[in-house]
Amino acid sequence: MIDVTAGSLIILGGIFAVIGALGLLRMPDVLIRMHASTKIGTLSTGLILAGCAVVFGSSEIVIRVVAIVLFILLTAPIGAHMIGRSVVSTGVPLWKNEGIPEDEVDKMLPDELPGGEKP
Amino acid sequence: MDGFLDLSLEIGFMCVVLSVVMAFIRMVKGPSLQDRVVALDFMTVAIVAFCGLAAVRYETAAFLDVALVLALVGFLATVALARFAERNSVRSREDHTND
Repeated sequence: MIDVTAGSLIILGGIFAVIGALGLLRMPDVLIRMHASTKIGTLSTGLILAGCAVVFGSSEIVIRVVAIVLFILLTAPIGAHMIGRSVVSTGVPLWKNEGIPEDEVDKMLPDELPGGEKP
Repeated sequence: MDGFLDLSLEIGFMCVVLSVVMAFIRMVKGPSLQDRVVALDFMTVAIVAFCGLAAVRYETAAFLDVALVLALVGFLATVALARFAERNSVRSREDHTND
């Protein structure tokens, strides 16, 4: 039972790592890439380390794993914030719907904004 | 049941290594410095996960200490490189306005 739980957590973490890397590789500009990579990287590392804690099961390992995951949860948003601020202040060119025909952009936009107003 | 854990460890190793390789491709291609910093950040986090997998695979808890230190150093590298990119751009803009 322990093996099945730990193995499922590890496989799930590996799949999320691949999805995050795919987003990092395929997304069109820096901020969207950051959106794909930082959150999913944190999730996949947390899942894999949770599987590690389930395998070992002793309290010192669990404490160490919780420390690592808490540290990553604390520092990933700070690092992403610093990179995002440097992107905005440097003026890196961002994505402006290139590669999509003009008439299809209108079709993709929502009919109503979340507040109920018309765009 | 032991076979399932070994199989999932193999799959996890393959997925993490694949994600590190893809992040490395982005780091080589990346048009701006910030792209490269984001890719480096993701690589550090993936290698922390790799250390966790290695701790299970070789039954050595010391790999978790490696993971903790790597997370710390990776955060410092990200912050330092982001500050460097920002200050570098401000300085070059000031040079342009002085011309």
